[in-house]
Order: sequence, then C-alpha cells, then structure tokens
Amino acid sequence: MAMNYTAKTRRPDNTAFKQQRLPAWQPILTAGTVLPIFFIIGLIFIPIGIGIFVTSNNIREIEIDYTGTEPSSPCNKCLSPDVTPCFCTINFTLEKSFEGNVFMYYGLSNFYQNHRRYVKSRDDSQLNGDSSALLNPSKECEPYRRNEDKPIAPCGAIANSMFNDTLELFLIGNDSYPIPIALKKKGIAWWTDKNVKFRNPPGGDNLEERFKGTTKPVNWLKPVYMLDSDPDNNGFINEDFIVWMRTAALPTFRKLYRLIERKSDLHPTLPAGRYSLNVTYNYPVHYFDGRKRMILSTISWMGGKNPFLGIAYIAVGSISFLLGVVLLVINHKYRNSSNTADITI
Amino acid sequence: MTEALQWARYHWRRLIRGATRDDDSGPYNYSSLLACGRKSSQTPKLSGRHRIVVPHIQPFKDEYEKFSGAYVNNRIRTTKYTLLNFVPRNLFEQFHRKEKKYIDRCWKDVTVGDFIRLSCNEVIPADMVLLFSTDPDGICHIETSGLDGESNLKQRQVVRGYAEQDSEVDPEKFSSRIECESPNNDLSRFRGFLEHSNKERVGLSKENLLLRGCTIRNTEAVVGIVVYAGHETKAMLNNSGPRYKRSKLERRANTDVLWCVMLLVIMCLTGAVGHGIWLSRYEKMHFFNVPEPDGHIISPLLAGFYMFWTMIILLQVLIPISLYVSIEIVKLGQIYFIQSDVDFYNEKMDSIVQCRALNIAEDLGQIQYLFSDKTGTLTENKMVFRRCSVAGFDYCHEENARRLESYQEAVSEDEDFIDTVSGSLSNMAKPRAPSCRTVHNGPLGNKPSNHLAGSSFTLGSGEGASEVPHSRQAAFSSPIETDVVPDTRLLDKFSQITPRLFMPLDETIQNPPMETLYIIDFFIALAICNTVVVSAPNQPRQKIRHPSLGGLPIKSLEEIKSLFQRWSVRRSSSPSLNSGKEPSSGVPNAFVSRLPLFSRMKPASPVEEEVSQVCESPQCSSSSACCTETEKQHGDAGLLNGKAESLPGQPLACNLCYEAESPDEAALVYAARAYQCTLRSRTPEQVMVDFAALGPLTFQLLHILPFDSVRKRMSVVVRHPLSNQVVVYTKGADSVIMELLSVASPDGASLEKQQMIVREKTQKHLDDYAKQGLRTLCIAKKVMSDTEYAEWLRNHFLAETSIDNREELLLESAMRLENKLTLLGATGIEDRLQEGVPESIEALHKAGIKIWMLTGDKQETAVNIAYACKLLEPDDKLFILNTQSKDACGMLMSTILKELQKKTQALPEQVSLSEDLLQPPVPRDSGLRAGLIITGKTLEFALQESLQKQFLELTSWCQAVVCCRATPLQKSEVVKLVRSHLQVMTLAIGDGANDVSMIQVADIGIGVSGQEGMQAVMASDFAVSQFKHLSKLLLVHGHWCYTRLSNMILYFFYKNVAYVNLLFWYQFFCGFSGTSMTDYWVLIFFNLLFTSAPPVIYGVLEKDVSAETLMQLPELYRSGQKSEAYLPHTFWITLLDAFYQSLVCFFVPYFTYQGSDTDIFAFGNPLNTAALFIVLLHLVIESKSLTWIHLLVIIGSILSYFLFAIVFGAMCVTCNPPSNPYWIMQEHMLDPVFYLVCILTTSIALLPRFVYRVLQGSLFPSPILRAKHFDRLTPEERTKALKKWRGAGKMNQVTSKYANQSAGKSGRRPMPGPSAVFAMKSASSCAIEQGNLSLCETALDQGYSETKAFEMAGPSKGKES
Repeated sequence: MAMNYTAKTRRPDNTAFKQQRLPAWQPILTAGTVLPIFFIIGLIFIPIGIGIFVTSNNIREIEIDYTGTEPSSPCNKCLSPDVTPCFCTINFTLEKSFEGNVFMYYGLSNFYQNHRRYVKSRDDSQLNGDSSALLNPSKECEPYRRNEDKPIAPCGAIANSMFNDTLELFLIGNDSYPIPIALKKKGIAWWTDKNVKFRNPPGGDNLEERFKGTTKPVNWLKPVYMLDSDPDNNGFINEDFIVWMRTAALPTFRKLYRLIERKSDLHPTLPAGRYSLNVTYNYPVHYFDGRKRMILSTISWMGGKNPFLGIAYIAVGSISFLLGVVLLVINHKYRNSSNTADITI
Repeated sequence: MTEALQWARYHWRRLIRGATRDDDSGPYNYSSLLACGRKSSQTPKLSGRHRIVVPHIQPFKDEYEKFSGAYVNNRIRTTKYTLLNFVPRNLFEQFHRKEKKYIDRCWKDVTVGDFIRLSCNEVIPADMVLLFSTDPDGICHIETSGLDGESNLKQRQVVRGYAEQDSEVDPEKFSSRIECESPNNDLSRFRGFLEHSNKERVGLSKENLLLRGCTIRNTEAVVGIVVYAGHETKAMLNNSGPRYKRSKLERRANTDVLWCVMLLVIMCLTGAVGHGIWLSRYEKMHFFNVPEPDGHIISPLLAGFYMFWTMIILLQVLIPISLYVSIEIVKLGQIYFIQSDVDFYNEKMDSIVQCRALNIAEDLGQIQYLFSDKTGTLTENKMVFRRCSVAGFDYCHEENARRLESYQEAVSEDEDFIDTVSGSLSNMAKPRAPSCRTVHNGPLGNKPSNHLAGSSFTLGSGEGASEVPHSRQAAFSSPIETDVVPDTRLLDKFSQITPRLFMPLDETIQNPPMETLYIIDFFIALAICNTVVVSAPNQPRQKIRHPSLGGLPIKSLEEIKSLFQRWSVRRSSSPSLNSGKEPSSGVPNAFVSRLPLFSRMKPASPVEEEVSQVCESPQCSSSSACCTETEKQHGDAGLLNGKAESLPGQPLACNLCYEAESPDEAALVYAARAYQCTLRSRTPEQVMVDFAALGPLTFQLLHILPFDSVRKRMSVVVRHPLSNQVVVYTKGADSVIMELLSVASPDGASLEKQQMIVREKTQKHLDDYAKQGLRTLCIAKKVMSDTEYAEWLRNHFLAETSIDNREELLLESAMRLENKLTLLGATGIEDRLQEGVPESIEALHKAGIKIWMLTGDKQETAVNIAYACKLLEPDDKLFILNTQSKDACGMLMSTILKELQKKTQALPEQVSLSEDLLQPPVPRDSGLRAGLIITGKTLEFALQESLQKQFLELTSWCQAVVCCRATPLQKSEVVKLVRSHLQVMTLAIGDGANDVSMIQVADIGIGVSGQEGMQAVMASDFAVSQFKHLSKLLLVHGHWCYTRLSNMILYFFYKNVAYVNLLFWYQFFCGFSGTSMTDYWVLIFFNLLFTSAPPVIYGVLEKDVSAETLMQLPELYRSGQKSEAYLPHTFWITLLDAFYQSLVCFFVPYFTYQGSDTDIFAFGNPLNTAALFIVLLHLVIESKSLTWIHLLVIIGSILSYFLFAIVFGAMCVTCNPPSNPYWIMQEHMLDPVFYLVCILTTSIALLPRFVYRVLQGSLFPSPILRAKHFDRLTPEERTKALKKWRGAGKMNQVTSKYANQSAGKSGRRPMPGPSAVFAMKSASSCAIEQGNLSLCETALDQGYSETKAFEMAGPSKGKES
C-alpha cells in the first residue's frame, strides 16, 4: 500500500534536468580567464592578415576608364548619340607583366543593377528554356514583356539593358603593329548557370527557329539567337548574357568579360608593354553619371585584388593583441578583486 | 454560452413541477420551455429594492396552457403520478430520445419562483430558499467546494415553520410570498422574509439559502423555491472573471516595442525620402529605373510614398511579433520548472507549488513589498490549546506544553499501534474508544492507505503532526491539536464536581462551589459555545444522531427512562469491545500514560461517580430527574466500560470528530473533551454534552448568535438542563467581552467583589497570554430569567424579519443580549509558527523586501508573532499608531515623522520619499531600524486621502509594518495604496477567505493552501503549501525568471534590430528601392527557424547564479527589485550594440566585395551567415551557464541554416523568382574568402561586447557576478567565502554606522527606543488629553527597561479596563 501511494505522489522527479541542476559550463568572463583568447586571436589573425595582404598585393590589376567624358579621351566622340557605330581606341601601358590567367572585366559605376524593380524584371522560366514562358513571359517583365505584340525574349529590364560594348585588346609591339590578344569568350559564367539555370528553348536545330515568334529586347541591336556564332554560346546560354543576368550587388561593379589564358609557363600571359583597347562604343552611361572601365586582373586563391581583408585582419589581430596586453595588466592589478576571497560589497 | 455548456455537464435535477411564465419573454425560448415545461410558475416582480417571489399556479394557468398545449395536457391527465415523480418519469419517457438536448436547455430555463427538488450529490442550479429537507431536523448539508473550495460540509436549515412538516412541501399548496433583497454578490448575506397567507412573517437568512454551485450532501432530498436564477445568482455575480495581470517586465517590454515601431517608422521614412531623392536624380534613367507596366515613370514623390510601405513590409521584422510567442513559451518553461521544483513538495499534503497564473512568473523576481496574513500563513493555523484561566486562576498546562515539545517520539509510538488496531476495528459497527487516531481519518472517507502513508511520511519529515494527505479536516484534528493533557491542578478541582452542586438552588451552599461552578460553566461553554459539527468516523459525513430527548421540560420519568434505554442500547455495543481491547486501550497516547497523574486519576473517578450516585438518589426532584437517571445509566455504562470511561487519555467519545469552521473552535472543544466535558452531538435544537461528573447533559439550544467580525464574539442561548435557567454563554475577544461584563459597584455584594477580582486577575492572565503570542478568548456567561428572554426573543424576531437594516437591528439585538456578563475565564490558544518562517522572513528582509503583516488579530498577539518570526528585531524602534480620531492619527504620524527626520538629519543620504525608494536599503539598515504597528481603527484614518501620503512616508521609514485588527477590505486597501502610490511591486500572501481581496489586488497573489479552505488559492496566482516556500519561490525562481526573461527579451530586440538593419544598410546602396540582398525564404526563416530556439532555451534554462548561492545570499534579489537586468537604458545600449553589430556585419563584407563581380545574393550570403554566427555567439557571451541543451540547440541552428541554404540552393533552379539563390552557398563553401569574411565579421562585431563583459567581470563586477564565483568553490571554501561576504557587508554597515554617529551628535543614543516614544508621548498627550487618544500603548523595545515600560503601559491599561 505504501508502494502504491508513493507511485501516486505528485512529488516532482528529482532529476538534474527538472531541478535545473544540469551540468553546465559556466564561463566567468574575467581578464584572467579570457586572456589567452585575445592572444590567440591576435596570433592567428595577424599572420592570416599578412598572408592575405601579400597575396592581394601580388595580384596585378589595371583599370582603364573609357567612358569618354573627359574631352581628351578618344572615346569622347562617342558620347553623342549620332555617331553609330562608334569606335575608339585607348592606349595603355602595362608596367609589369601579368602572369597566369588574366581576367578581363568591364566595370560599370553608378549603375543600380540592384534596384528592386530592376532585379525583379526577368523571367527565370523563360531563361530556363520553358517554351510556354518563352511566348508568354512573366508579368514581372513589364514593361519589357512584349514589343509590337510579340513576346520579348529575353524579357525584362535586365536583359534589355545588357552591356553591349565590344572590347578588343591589342599588344603594341616594337614595330607598332598591334598583335591581337586572344580573348576567350567561354568559361566566364558559372558552370551551373550555363548548364542548369540557363537553357535555350527546345525545338529544331536552328536557334532562330526555336526563338520563333519572339522579338528582341528594345535596346538590343541583334536578337538573342545572334549573340554569337558559336551555337554553344548563343541564345540564352551566351555567357556574356548569363554574366549580365547575374545582377550585381552594388552600384559599382565589374563583370567578367573575357579570359586571357596563359600560353606557357615561360612567357607571361600579358608581358609588360604597350597595349591598345579597341572599343565599340554602344553602351551609354554618361547621362546617369556612370563610368565604364576595362579591367585586367590576375587572380589568386582569394579572387581579385582586395587589400581590405588583409588590412582588416591585421588590424583586428593587433587590437586583440593589444587588448590582451591591457587585460594582462588589469589581471595583474585587480587579480584580487576577481578572487572570491576578497569580495566586498 | 459557457454557462450552458457547464450546466450540460452535470446531471439533471428534477424540477418538481412548473408552470412556465416569463414576464420578459425576450431571452427565453418558449419552445424549449415547453420541452421541459414543468415549472410551477413564477412572477419575478421587482418592487423597489426588494424582490417578491410568488409562486402562482392558478392565475397563470391560462397563459401557461396557451404556450404549452400538449404538454400541459399530459401533465393534467396523468394524475396517477404524484406531482413529484410525474415530471421526471414523464419527461424521461417523453424526451428519452433527445434527452441530452433537453438537459442542456433545462439548466438555463430555471426561473425565479420554480420549485426545485434535488437529491443527494446534485448540484444546485440556482439560488433557492430551502423549504424541505428529508432530514428530520430540517437540515441540509451542502458542500461549497464549487463556490469557495472548502470541502467541509455546511449546514443549511429549512425555513422556520417548515421544518416541522412531515411531508414534502406541496407546491400546489404553497401560498406564501417571499420577499428578499435584490440580487447581489454577497455570498455571506441573505436577507428576506417569507410571508404566509395569513401575513405571518418568517425571517430568512443565509442559513436558509442554497447557493448555486454547491452540492447537496448527506441529505436525501431537498425542496426549495428559486429566488435568484441565472446571472442573478450570487455565484454568477461573484464571478467577475479573472483579473488580467500583466507583468512589470512585459509592460516595460511593451514600451520598448513601441520604440521599435518608432524606429521602424524612422527607418522607413529614411527609405522613402532617400528613394525620392535618388529617383529625382535618375528619373529619366530607364536602364535600371524600370517604368511602370504601362510605360510611364511615377514621380519621385509618389514613389517615395510607395517606398515607405515597401520598406515597412521589408523591415517589419523589427517589430518583434515572434517575441510575444517566445515570451509565452519561455514562461511556460519557467512555470514548468517552478512546478517541478522538488523543494516545494509538501509531503504531508502531497502538494507542489501551483502556478495558476502563467504570465507573471517574472514578477516574482521584482517584489518590493510583501503583505502577509498572519494566521495560517505565517502560523500553522493549528490551534493548540495551551493555557486557560478560570475564575481568576491560571492553569499553565505545563504537561501539555511538554507534550507538544516531545511530540515526535510519541507519534512514532502511536502510529504503530494504530495501524494494528484500526485494522482490527474497521469492520465493527461502532468502534468506540480504541483509537483516537482513526477518528481523524475516518470521517473523510479516506482510504486506509492514505492514512498509513500519511503517518509514515510524518515520521520522516520529523514534524509533529500526523495529518492525512488530501484532507483538510484531518488537519483540524491532528493529535497535536486534539490531545490535550489536562492540568493537574485543574483536574484536582474537577474532582470536586458533583451533581449535587446544582441541587440546592445555588447559593445555599456558599463555601466550596463558587469556583467549581465557574469551572463547570467554563467547560460547558467551551463545549457548546460554537458551531462545531459532530460526526462519527466510520460513517463519513454523518452526524451522530441521538434520539431526541424531547423538548424541555422533561415530562415524565418513564419517558426519560425509555429514552435512556434506547440510548444505552446504542452505547452498549462498545463496552464489550472495549473490555476486549483493554490491554491495548491504555497505550494509544503513550505520552499520556507516561504522565503520573493518570495513575492517580484512574481510581478517582469511578469512586466519585458512585459517590455521586449514592448521594444523588434520595434527593430526586423533578428538575434533577434527568440528571439522576442519566447518572444511573451512565454509571451502568461506566461500569461496563470500566477504565475506558475514566481514562482521560481515552475518553468515551474519542471517536467523535469535530468539524469546525475555525480551528480555534475545534481546539476549544478538544480541550473541553480532555476534561471529560465532551460534546457529543449537536442539532439545531439541542446540544448534548458528556460531562464526566455530571453525566450527559442535554442543553436545549434556544438561540445562536453567530460570530461576526464586528461584534467579535459569539453567543449561544441555552436552557441549562440542571438549573433549567436560560443561560447565555458568550465567547469572544477579550477587549469586547471585558466591556460587556456586568459593572460591579464597589459597594456590591461579595459576589460582585469576587467578580472584580476574577476580572482583574483574568485580565492579567490575558495580557500574559498575549505576550506569549497566544490567541486569547474570554468566556463569559449570563443567566437570564425566562421573562427577560422572552422579551428579548420578541425583539430579536423583529430584527430577524426585517430586511432593510437588518444587520444593525441584529447587532442591536445581540447587544441587548450580550451584556452584564459574568466572566468565567479565558483561554490561550497557541497558533504555532510554521516551520522555517523566521528564516524565510529574515532572508526576505535581507533581500530588501519590505514586509507588512496584516492580521485581524489583536495587537499584542500580532506583535509577538512579529517578533517570533523575526519580522521585528529586538532592537528595532517600535512605533505604535493607535488613535481614536483622524486628527490624532495625523498628529501622531507627523510627530513620529519629525522624530525620525531629526534622527536621520545627521544621515546625509536621507532626503525625500521618492528618492528614498530608489536607494539601496543598506544605509537605512545601518541608520535605524523601525517597526510600525497600526491598528485597524487607526488604519482607517491613515487610509483616508488626506493622511495617505504621510502614512506612506512613515511606513517607508519602517522595516516592518504590522497592521492588526485589519478587516479584509482594509487589507486590500492597504495593498492598493502602496501599489498605486509608491509604484512598487507588491505581493500578497494569505490563506483564508479574508485574504482574497488582498491577493487579488496585489501584483502577485499567493495563496497558502492551508487549513482555511481553498478560497485564497482560487484567487491566487501561485499557491504554495507553506510560507517558507516563498523564500525560494522569490529568491531563486523569481530571480531566475526575471533575469532570464528580461535577458531574453533584450536579446530578442537585439537580434531583430541587428538583422533588420542589415537590410536597411543595403538600402543606401540600392537607391532605397527596397531590395533585399537575401532571398525571401532565408529572410523569413532566419527569425523563424535558425535563431528562434536558442533564445527560448536561453530564456528557460539560463542560470546566472546557482540556487544555493541565491538562497544563501538573499541580497542578490535586489538586482531584480531595481530591475537591473532591464532598465530603460539597457534597451538603448542593446540597440546601440545591435546597430554597431549590424554595421560591422554589413560593411565588412561590403568592403570585401566592393567593386567585385559579386551578385546580390552572393553578397547577401556571407552577410546572412555572419549574422547568424554573430547572433548565436552573442547569446553564448551573454549566457552565464551553458548546458548540453544550449550546445545542441546552437549547433542545431547553425546546421539547419547551412542545410537549408545548401538544399535550397541546389533544388531551386527557377523557383522563387526573382530572388534565386541558386548554387550560391555551394560556390561560397568552396571559397576561402567567404570563410575569412565570416570569421572577421563575427570577431569584429562581438569584440566590444565581449571586452565589455570581460572588463565588467574583472573591474566592476556586479554582486551577481561575484556571487557566481561561489558556485565554483568547494563547500569549505564556500562557507569561508560566505563569511567574508557577510563580514564585508557588516563592515560596511558598521563603518557607516560610526560615520553616522560621529556626524550627528544628537543622533543615535545607546537606547534608540525611549527617546522617540517619549517625544511622542509628550507631544500628543498635551495636544489631546481628553480626546480618547491612547498612544504608545506599550513600547515593546528591548532596550527599554521594565519600569519604563510599565509607566508607559499604565495609563492605557486604565483606559481599557
């Protein structure tokens, strides 16, 4: 009977959990206990920072602004909309040779590719090769959805505003006879984008046929199936197009334009010397105070040139180290106060 | 709606017959009335303030039939049924199929004027006047647990005049009219009268009213007429619904939520304006400023306006909606842990703490004022008879005191014995004497197992009472209360009692009897002057019925003889049983038999009885026939019974159980029983008492004037069976009784002189008792002549039947009766302090909680209890406010205040009231400790508006305040006053119905589930079983709940602001266009999934200091009182930190990816990831203890984030346009920069807070942080450290004390008390000399010398007596 009773009792279980006596790590943050953490952070961050900084410094990068707003610029003539097409050539000099693969970017400034309505203005299904979406693009594309009663392919503001300058690079040798530099068009977009996310609409062999019934974006000069001659780089899977469609996060951005692959270990990809940049100037940026740049850059394991990260690491590491020293002093001076023996009210 | 549902759950009750008529036809559905139409009729007419209920049958018949054609016919046709069984049977047949529906309707269709017949165990559906009960005495027992939670039975009486009827009331013949007051919510009052057709009026009181919600018990059937129905019933009117309490913390958080809204609006406005400006620059730029679908561009102004709302949608996470959900979950978790605390488990009652309010647990950590009831809260409310004074002689009952002390061993011996005996006796018809213990369990119908378990637990717990779990009644009758060891001297005097004393009409034999008569009367008064219900143990809930001895006067000897024969037959079953059990029968009270006096007693009483018989018989007169016969029978029985009869430790009536409404009454009855003056039975007409030497006496009960708090006394009017006189026995508070005593003229007879002496002596004893903290009661009597009584009775009936100012009339009537009393003696009952109360109070004091004791008890008792429970310290300065007028009260208060100010002017820190409240009480402690005693009367003045402020100021000086003689209303008013005027958190704790209002008013109401029913518990937010649990509840759980929740709320604000600001900063780089750099799902899930569990776990499990340390260092509680964890500026600091962290979290990736070819979502990804780590690690920094659960949840959160990002990134190719994070996480996971950015961001963001915490920990640790070190120490180190901690505290106090002393020359004197008291005296005595002002009744300061105290007490004494 007593047993029965005990079973019925409302006495709470005397378990560590219920009685809130779970073994716990109870960090007491005092100078003494956390001292090592600061030193460790300092010791780890500073080398990392130095490493990043050095790597970043080793990256060769050159930016050529060809907006042409300065009157002296060769591209100044292209600012007026009358000159079409407009060609201009900008000469520049590489002080040091670029080793390894060199990436060629175009950079735009003050271009708000991250504007909410702009970002929305696309149809991923259409770009993914959905034939119904091809002929009936998403409403998000308005007002770049239809033109003259034909669906626009690719629809939307992003596609409509695609960068359409053509950049060519020439090495000007001693004999002032420019040698064209091989620019690789493929391999500039993410693999997944090219192979999964972007697809041409299904249909016959001819790309034009597949895009039948659609019209080109208003601002485009050529329809989408004429972006490139290479069938593997045409239509929606044109890599320039894919790169453009990946909207930039910030108003000043660069986008990969071409690859300059290194030829051999012996010769630098781009030897130091004079170069000329031939621009087919189509893309107007000056009336929103935008800038256009051509950027050549080598890359490292951490991508492009970026001094910030390295400096930040070094700074944080140093601060941490300094704090460690301060805490050491504090700990030495106030050791007693953190000791229970000397608690005072 | 709820009402209907509730009723539907109950069984149906039969409405015996009914017509159906409704004056206001609106709310009632006639078809449904027809369905159960069997009501007689009703006419609720409200004539003025009164209600007249007339059960009509004929006048409304036509109308009735109009409405209910077929069914009425049915009723009329089936005359073969009786009126009573017709309805149920017929209805059953009629509505068999849709019975349920019918039940549903019937409950709500009960209307005024209906006759209702209820059987046992049915719930009363409406307030009705009891007209018939199957009980021969016209009694109906009801259980009011549904109403007030009290499970003991209450008696209700049939309206006078109806009780005599043999048959049930026939509604058809019921022609009377009932007039009663309009519906009101006063449960304890009902006034009205019933007017018969012949204009004869019978008063109705609450004794005649059956209240809705109660249950009929022990009565076969009752019939009543409905007077209040539906929402007019007292039960419904009392149901005001629970007060919604919102905790202080939540109120604080709500204001900050408003700030968040403000912040949101500001941010959105910034966005709107920014967008407008941006757009005006790029209006023409169609490249990225996408036109509307119809091709036009909206103006910057309009776009800005739109943007405002877009931003609100984007940033709305800032308003922490999920905070409220999380708070609720956290509170649930906290409540769960409070309820699981094994320390709150009470083995005796098998109860744990009950959290009845789920939303104010954190308020427990912020209590500043504690209002406590005394009786039953601080004390056990186990009334133990300790001493008595009869006829001016004090009987100390030292043996009894010794028994109480040595109780434990005795119990353990007892229990073994009882187990065996009770088992063997359980099947006997009337087990008599063998075991008193079984008595205590039996009546409740508890299973023996309970009893067993209960007692075995008691042994373990080492507490002196063997209570039975689940039973409240048993508590009233635990052995510690029931067994009283008689005082030797008193027993000696008892031996002189012989029935002969009553023979010659009083004063013929002068010499011995005076005192003896006093003793007899005293004990008779103890036994009968109460409302105790007697019941037998093995017949649960049934009172013992002895055959009626008939009305007085007794007519013939034969009759009596036959009566007694019957009676002795009933009793005779026991003797054989007893003799069989004799060897063991002496043992039950082991401690009793140890005492020597009983061996002496044993031979004494039989002899005595025989002697009395011998000397009695020849002188038989008609008036004493009863007595003689009784003696004879008794003697026979006694012979058979043998020792059982005469053994005090094992009295005959040992198996009787007394159910008293208050434990005092029970204690007195048990005390009387110890002297063999045993209350045997009680019916409305008569009381039977077994008086050892006199035999059974039957008192005709003429009248009971029940106890009320205004009169502070109760009286019974009986006809004494021996003297055949009308005797009034009065029992009440000494102050009241003393004033009602017959005024003795100095030149009076010797008798009067004797009275004077008795009175003076008794007063001395009373003061003595009160000083010991005993509850005192005076017992007095008055002999009335029949004519006097008849006259009084006539007036009294008038008073009873009046409605309007019935209370006053009744009071007057009572005054007429209760005067010119003869003081018999006084009793001292001890109400023992509960275990652990002084320790708890001390701890709560240290925690900075001001404790007020509000009690209805008298001043001396209250003060003594206050000292005993350490509410007042011996060297406290004590101020007593006891004035008779408002002016005097104000003057006295200002005098005291001045005195105090003078005293503390030296202390630099004392300025004003408001500042004072915010100050830590430490300097106050050192300065002076003061206590304030205020009496109920004075409190009334002090609570008036003009004196409120002064009163509060005065109390703010005092460590403890004791309000004695306070009414329930005053209690709640005091709480209300303090709460609203001082803006403090209040807690009220109490156990009885009188504490309910106080409990409801306070911020937190705590009910002690004790002896006095469940009303307090029902009204409370938390219910504990003992006061000592309060200290852990507040100091540990309160502290935890508060810090946990406040930290959690702050963290929530931080989290939301930090995360949302990331979006906000991005707006500066996207033309304020409302773009989010995160895809929507991550945005939603970030708050909902990835970071929701950790704060909840943090809120439930965080433990800044261990429970042990919190208990050992109550000072730590003060941080909660001062809301240190969540001050207004804490919120802003948190927000600032959030801003900083979000800035870091945004701009580190920004600078990293600036100018690069990242796209929007690839930019958002490291932001999100870093934010997640920051938010989670922030929590780790803030956590004071991390268990595996924390770890699990944090790791789970991180994993769920990555898992989601990876799976979503892989699966979602074209879904969720346009924000499509396809393959971004995967790309980033392969990118070292991603990791570098996340690590860097996290470290920079958390560095300031981390450094701050570290510096705080080592440079300026809060007491809590310092206390945290304690948890790491070994026990030995711990005690050492504790000593140091306290020593340091004391050192501080001491130094400040010295500082004070040196600073103020007039400051403290060695004896703090006198100066103040004397100053007061001089000031006010000169002011109001004749103003009936009694000031400074006593100065209970220990520093005070005896003589001085005497001087002081002198004048007031004189006034009182």
